[in-house]
Amino acid sequence: MRSSLAGALALGVIMCVGSSAMAEAPGDPKAVKSTDGKYFDAKGDPTYNVGPDGKVDWYTFSGYRRYHAECHVCHGPNGGGSTYAPALKDSVKQFNYAEFAGIVIGGRQNGNSVMPAFADNKNASCYIDDLYVYLRALSTGAIEAGRPAKKEERPEAFAKAEAECMGQK
Amino acid sequence: MHKLLLSTSVAVLALAGAAKADELLTLQKDPKQWVMPTGDYANLRHSALKQITTENVGKLAPAWQFSTGVLRGHEGAPLVIGDVLYLHTPFPNNVYALDLKDPDHKILWKYEPKQDPSVVPVMCCDTVNRGLAYGDGKIFLAQADTTLVALDAKTGKLLWSVKNGDPSKGQTSTAAPHVFKDKVFVGIAGGEFGVRGHITAYDLKTGQQVWRGYSMGPDADTLIEPGKTTHLGKAVEKDSGITTWEGDQWKIGGGTTWGWYSYDPELNLVYYGSGNPSTWNPKQRPGDNRWSMTIWARDLDTGKAKWLYQMTPHDEWDYDGINEMILADQDIGGQKRKTLVHFDRNGFAYTLDRVTGELLVAEKYDPAVNWATKVDMDKSSKTYGRPLVVSKYSTEQNGEDVNTQYVCPAALGSKDQQPATYDAATGLFLVPTNHVCMDYEPFRVSYTAGQPYVGATLEMFPAGKDKGETHTGNFIAWDAKTGKIVWSNKEQFSVWGGATSTDGGVTFYGTLEGYLKAVDTKTGKELYKYKTPSGIIGNVTVYESGGKEYVAVLSGVGGWAGIGLAAGLSKSSEGLGAVGNYASLANYTALGGVLTVFALPN
Repeated sequence: MRSSLAGALALGVIMCVGSSAMAEAPGDPKAVKSTDGKYFDAKGDPTYNVGPDGKVDWYTFSGYRRYHAECHVCHGPNGGGSTYAPALKDSVKQFNYAEFAGIVIGGRQNGNSVMPAFADNKNASCYIDDLYVYLRALSTGAIEAGRPAKKEERPEAFAKAEAECMGQK
Repeated sequence: MHKLLLSTSVAVLALAGAAKADELLTLQKDPKQWVMPTGDYANLRHSALKQITTENVGKLAPAWQFSTGVLRGHEGAPLVIGDVLYLHTPFPNNVYALDLKDPDHKILWKYEPKQDPSVVPVMCCDTVNRGLAYGDGKIFLAQADTTLVALDAKTGKLLWSVKNGDPSKGQTSTAAPHVFKDKVFVGIAGGEFGVRGHITAYDLKTGQQVWRGYSMGPDADTLIEPGKTTHLGKAVEKDSGITTWEGDQWKIGGGTTWGWYSYDPELNLVYYGSGNPSTWNPKQRPGDNRWSMTIWARDLDTGKAKWLYQMTPHDEWDYDGINEMILADQDIGGQKRKTLVHFDRNGFAYTLDRVTGELLVAEKYDPAVNWATKVDMDKSSKTYGRPLVVSKYSTEQNGEDVNTQYVCPAALGSKDQQPATYDAATGLFLVPTNHVCMDYEPFRVSYTAGQPYVGATLEMFPAGKDKGETHTGNFIAWDAKTGKIVWSNKEQFSVWGGATSTDGGVTFYGTLEGYLKAVDTKTGKELYKYKTPSGIIGNVTVYESGGKEYVAVLSGVGGWAGIGLAAGLSKSSEGLGAVGNYASLANYTALGGVLTVFALPN
């Protein structure tokens, strides 16, 4: 799971550098299938799932946690943006999954605005799908600002992939 | 007081052969000037000016304003040296010298550092800078990228510069430099990036490093003298900055030093506090994590630690110990004591004997504080001097991936960097406070140099949410002799700007929605308020020019309060709808740096 992600990320970097202007827009974030508690849209990109009782999938919750440790200082709480960095809840409407991943990994600079490269930051790079899914959920208003009140159980597949990626016992 | 003055000048004269007399010791006694960010060495933040009084302050009005041209959080305050006002900005850390003699307040010079903008993403809580220091004809600026520069106060010309840290490793600078006697002191920020904190003394004239004392590590690094340096009256054991950590974790242990420093020239001791241990996930760093969260007393010339007091051993809530140490002499139990008073992020106000480090008083200065029942004051107890932690609010005991709920105060503390003031006439400390609680969930993180190393997420909300209250700040008067609140004014938002008291019986402070307020020091009665162009997180400067008393403050909302409160609180208080609509800060103010100077009308 995570190794195929790494492949996608490498591709993302290339795509981002090579053809970001012409990149394909992200598709409808509606979840059409799920595997081991992870949801995917019709294009096969990771997406969120919010149950009728407001219960979010684990990845959305995990993205919420990591976002507010790694990203929110510049990008503002709940993806809302600041004078230094764009509102990511809007950015993910324009950037597709591969572009998003490419920027997180490779970073970018626009004048005085610097997005650091998070390739070596496992607290972000191991959770790119989680961050993307969380921001997608904010972008459509599927979840509100703040901590999601209810969440699905942590899937086994997540725990295993996390331990591998973070290099923990 | 006179006796103290005399003995100090004798001491200075005795040293005059070796070093130039301590000019700041004289300058800080002139109430017409505001020569250091903390007002004086003791951090009293008190002005002896008394043209503006409780009687006439209601007539106060803005006299002139100046735009800094910079957005984001404007912490700190301008200096006034002679007829010149020196002003700093957040990143990119521009410096202005304004002519107070000139009716148009002409810009005498401007300094614009060139800094790599990649420092911005490694600043934890906005791109704030807490101001400038003055000494030996120089203006000192600690840039965000940790470059300490000395500028000619007359021309703005760069005289020397020195690099105090490495931003590519997450080391940044937000604190004001402090000049004490013949040295300039700077700290380091980056507790959310696993930076090992240190304080460094540089020679005022040359910029040569004189000493550096780390917050943790071997005694050679911390400048602790085992068997000699004391903690609560007991000698500290060898390498305590290593043995209270697991393995090599002390190397990324935090304990950064981004607060205000004070100095007692008679004792020749420098006082400051160290910040949170890294990471915010307590499970990942077993042990007391010494000497994070500690009050330090170091010798000015050698840096050797005389005494220490760790307030929050093995922190589980991000209660940095960096808030200012106020050096006031007070009668305690019928005895005149040289005390140090410190309002900690953890919600306890500590009164210590600053000669010996003896703990005299430790009481909650916000009744909402719940993470500990009290600080153990029983000298014969095994837990003497330690907070008695309530299990329910222990993020260590509840563990990783568990959301510990309704911990008070929130991580930004019952008070953060916003400095308090001491008014000797009433014996009161006037304290800007936060009234905010949190849910805190720690989780596992991995360390990479220069990358965030946070390890927890938190949600903050008004402390009285369960009672339907919506205010997130109080401005209080505190008796540090007994540890009691004397009066308390509710504030809609956390009071994130520093207060200044005066001999006119008036205390000034700014609010997050942008008011400059004046209250009666004795009673807390609000006597004046004026809404400045943006929220105030700066401190109040009081000075005299052309025979007139002025009150100056920077507005420019931001800082942690700006990031954490502007958007973070609206959701958490939604349940309050029936009681009253809690509106977010963004409904009251917007970004923008402006200095506003107030005076009585002619």
